Amino acid sequence: MTALIFFLFASIAVFCGISLVTQTHPIASALSLIGVMGSLAILYLQLGGEFIAAAQVIVYAGAIMVLFVFVIMLLNAGAEGTSLQMSNFAKYAGIFVLAAFLGLISFVIQAMLPKTEGVVFGAFQGGTALNIGRKLFTTYLLPFEVTSVLILIAILGAMVLARREI
Amino acid sequence: MPTSVPVSWYLILSAILFGLGVAGFIYRRNIITVFMSIELMLNAVNLTFITFSYTLKQVDGHIFSFFVMVVAAAEAAVGLAIILTVFKNRETLMIDDVSSMKY
Repeated sequence: MTALIFFLFASIAVFCGISLVTQTHPIASALSLIGVMGSLAILYLQLGGEFIAAAQVIVYAGAIMVLFVFVIMLLNAGAEGTSLQMSNFAKYAGIFVLAAFLGLISFVIQAMLPKTEGVVFGAFQGGTALNIGRKLFTTYLLPFEVTSVLILIAILGAMVLARREI
Repeated sequence: MPTSVPVSWYLILSAILFGLGVAGFIYRRNIITVFMSIELMLNAVNLTFITFSYTLKQVDGHIFSFFVMVVAAAEAAVGLAIILTVFKNRETLMIDDVSSMKY
């Protein structure tokens, strides 16, 4: 069952990722990215990260993608023209090189990773909100506070950049 | 049908998604799609963090992944504001047309 769910959602993620890169219209790319994020949330759940899965759906697929779709709608972004001058040879060579690179990476991962037991759903249950909150407010308290300052700077920066010229 | 999935498959999936993100970043010409490719790369990195967190039976990877999400949210807010400003000044979204800092 774990393998079945992994294959289903991994193939959805890869399909949506390819769709993100190959679609010409930005809104189609945004919907593909939402598909990738949703299937990754299922995989996080499988790996025992229930808090991160919820945060993935709420923060990424909810907030960030709404912002993206909002900007695409606001700017009325149409389909991408063929401004990129690229020969057929470069395109196919690029796909081949990417596939070869990923194959090499896969081989290295398979060869280098020490033998561990496989992933079974429910084997690791440390990713609850309780555990993460406890760790976040004790061991990682300083990074947490620095992150809040970063968010504050981002809010101010976004307001300054997007304001109407005085 | 095996009941458990090897850990390396999650890492390979992450590598595939990261490679697709790099390809989109290089290949696309629309600035919003380039930005979404960056988000795809961040998601792939998050999957690696969660996988190693499972392997080591530690919750620290989840914390890092949470920080990556927060930084991605901040980055999206500032980046989309920059995109709005560029569009307001240049009336274009193609990154080839916005190259005045190149020379």
